[in-house]
Amino acid sequence: MSTDQAPVEALRLEGVHKAFGDFVALRSIDLVITPGELVCFLGPSGCGKTTLLRIIAGLERQTRGRILQNGRDVSNAPPAARDYGIVFQSYALFPNLTIAENVAYGLVNRRKSRADITARVQELLTLVGLPDAGRKYPSQMSGGQQQRVALARALATSPSLLLLDEPLSALDAKVRERLRGEIRQLQRRLRVTTIMVTHDQEEALSMADRVVVMNQGGIDQVGSPSDVYERPETPFVADFLGKVNVLKGVALGGGRYRVGTAELLLPAGEHGSGQDVRIYVRPEDRHVEGDVASLPNRLRGRIARIDYLGTFCLAELRCEALGQPMLISYSLNQLHDLKVREGGEVEIALRVDRVRVFADQAGSR
Amino acid sequence: MSVATIPTPMTRSPSRLALAGEALAARGGLVLLALALLVFLTVPLAMILVRSVEGRGGEFAGLANFIQYVQSPALVQSTRNTLTFAMMTTLVTVPLAFLFAYAMQRSCVPFKGVWRNIAMIPILAPSLLAAISFIYLFGNQGAFRFMLDWVGLNSIYGMPGMVMAMTFASFPHAAMILMAALALSDARLYEAADSMGTSEYRKFMTITLPGAKYGLVSASMVVFTMAVSEFGVPKVIGGNTNVLAVDIYKQVIGQQNFSMGAVVGLVLLLPAVAAFVIDHIVQRKQQALLTARSVPYQAKPARGRDLALLLLVIVMSALMLLVVGMAAFGSVVKFWPYNLSLTLNHYTYGFEEAGLEHAYRNSLVMAAWCAVIGAAVTFAGAYWLEKTRGANLLRPLIRFQAMLPMAVPGMVLGIGYILFFNAPSNPLNFLYGTMAILVLSTLVHFYSSSHLTAVTALKQIDSEFESVSASLKVPFYKTFWRVTVPVCLPSVLDIGRYYFVNAMTTISAVVFLYSPRTTLASISILQLDEAGAIGSAAAMATLIVVTSAVVTGTLFALESWLIRRTQAWRNTAPR
Repeated sequence: MSTDQAPVEALRLEGVHKAFGDFVALRSIDLVITPGELVCFLGPSGCGKTTLLRIIAGLERQTRGRILQNGRDVSNAPPAARDYGIVFQSYALFPNLTIAENVAYGLVNRRKSRADITARVQELLTLVGLPDAGRKYPSQMSGGQQQRVALARALATSPSLLLLDEPLSALDAKVRERLRGEIRQLQRRLRVTTIMVTHDQEEALSMADRVVVMNQGGIDQVGSPSDVYERPETPFVADFLGKVNVLKGVALGGGRYRVGTAELLLPAGEHGSGQDVRIYVRPEDRHVEGDVASLPNRLRGRIARIDYLGTFCLAELRCEALGQPMLISYSLNQLHDLKVREGGEVEIALRVDRVRVFADQAGSR
Repeated sequence: MSVATIPTPMTRSPSRLALAGEALAARGGLVLLALALLVFLTVPLAMILVRSVEGRGGEFAGLANFIQYVQSPALVQSTRNTLTFAMMTTLVTVPLAFLFAYAMQRSCVPFKGVWRNIAMIPILAPSLLAAISFIYLFGNQGAFRFMLDWVGLNSIYGMPGMVMAMTFASFPHAAMILMAALALSDARLYEAADSMGTSEYRKFMTITLPGAKYGLVSASMVVFTMAVSEFGVPKVIGGNTNVLAVDIYKQVIGQQNFSMGAVVGLVLLLPAVAAFVIDHIVQRKQQALLTARSVPYQAKPARGRDLALLLLVIVMSALMLLVVGMAAFGSVVKFWPYNLSLTLNHYTYGFEEAGLEHAYRNSLVMAAWCAVIGAAVTFAGAYWLEKTRGANLLRPLIRFQAMLPMAVPGMVLGIGYILFFNAPSNPLNFLYGTMAILVLSTLVHFYSSSHLTAVTALKQIDSEFESVSASLKVPFYKTFWRVTVPVCLPSVLDIGRYYFVNAMTTISAVVFLYSPRTTLASISILQLDEAGAIGSAAAMATLIVVTSAVVTGTLFALESWLIRRTQAWRNTAPR
């Protein structure tokens, strides 16, 4: 942001680096998180996202680098001297304490009156939609309910930062989807700065204000969900988020590329003539209806196979000119209206506005 | 996004002082534990090394003691006897225990609980009990002495009696390991074999045995170590067959030759450490054997097999009960086998005559202290080790020392204690001859298993409790008290029970450390046997078994009551 009034920073990471012996878990991470936003650390397992969260929580010590919370340097502070609430994947609810005692756990220590604590616990349980659960034990509740209790406990002391470590991954798909929305709503209402670690791209895209895509201990891209999905800056981001076709080709200069014997005109590309490239095309980046024949970047081929996935289908297009198969998505309606079937001929045109072209570096996927 | 509407968080961090206090508590606990292990385990053991290269007067003697040892035919013969004794015991016990475990885990034998409980009886008894029973049965006045002729033996004294008594004493230990090993089985493997039409024999050879092989090695090592370190059995029923553990005793107590005792101790340490290392390596491999997706094997009825195994376990159980029953019966008859009228004289007059009427009370006091202090210290120590942060250099040191006692025979620990605590220059010298040193040596002697029990229990609870507490600014020791201890209470009781029973039955380390005032029931069996009062020896052994059984039963009942009372939050998870 280039405004002269710098935004207040909830959290600032400067060159946070973590090595376990020879293995580098985090490579000099720089990141600023503004108050009230929900940031997702997204990446495959082993990318360092959980390590980064644990370093922010003080549960793990960075090899070097600084962490500033609300402008205060907490780089070397123990967990208890930082200000955050945390929800773990396992919830870590104390099994021998009731739900109310669990939620009150951090409050009891703060010399508050019993009435205040009881009121606060009830307020929190109501907030997470479990107003009558106070007397139960964790083992008497479902996974989703336990997850909400863990959230209430983390929020009880009104921390300025909420850390969520894969909070939904232990839950069934249905419950997960519902809780996604609830957590997002709650977070918006309380305006509590939140960092959530997840390996689930759908979760990250649907919940986050900003997504931090991590790969092999580094940050590949930071941006809004539409930024990272529609304008991926690295082949990894393009590949990790959603489905994508990777077409091998050669740049011809002037935004023109040759793939097989086909020639594509891709305004996004600025590669010198003769450069080997990989062109990333998502299955939905295509025109199939209307006057396809009048569009550029047309491809004609045969449908070799259709994978039925419910609301939409993925069809494998065998286009001789491309010399490589390509997946094209059809909505269920399009499939019926256009009479697409296995073995049938189709003509499509690529939607070039979202197609990304990366130079082909030897060794990259 | 407007910054102004964000509520200012109420950051009320705990004071710097409170945090420093918490860090101090975390590190302080570890430092104390490390120090205690150092003073009461490692340094006494190191004293053996030092003493082994000193002459009788304390001068440096280099390897002279070792040379003298190697040149002494009697001591070399003891080494040979010890290894023979340990190997024979292993060869007899492990196959028997395997058959028993197989019957329990892989067949449909009825009344499994009964057989299992009977098989565990030897744990409650001092190993001397079996020796005494075998003397009653096959000794010079034994009722079944004539049976020895059938197998061509002259006398029960010596190797035959030693192996028989030791087999009884070590059987439950081997059986427990093998039952655990056979419980780990993947039914899917057997189903896959069945689908390919595999014979029972081939399934046994290709699935069952390979699956149990680590258990077999582990059980062998445990039995071998027990026999190598055993003092009581060879002392009572060994006759002229000397073993190393008895030699140490003779050198130190009989001849006051501490240097030679130290050398023999080191020699005894070798096979024990070797067995420990092998077991350790094998156990590491075992962990990778099963995956989370395995489905436990359930035996299906098979008439011939079940009947044969039932007969076998009945015979085994009958023998076990015979051994225990013989000692108990011997303790209440006037003069076995000639006068079988009942009497309680062995319990009253017999103890008094030997001046041992306080021995049983001493044992109770010692065992109670061991149970209470042991459970508290071991569990807290394991907690500090596994769940606190900081002091990372200290942790491997403590872990190593915590496992060390498992590899150290009690006799070796005992001689280390004499050498260290009996030294006049040692400020801890005042402990020598007290009840305290008996408690300390017993705690250290049985620390490893207890520590492992505690660590296992702690590893089963969520690893993030301490992280959550820290984020809520609750010090870890409050969470320890409010959550960890209540959750792990059954395991804590288990540890206390283990210490109690072992304190009641142990002889090896304490035999060097008791004073006339603090003599123990287990040791008094030896004294009564030496004095020829075998009826009273049997009486004392019986008292120990009954006490161990009552305390074990009580603690079991307490445990199950506790688990039932906390059923609301224990294991009722709908997930």
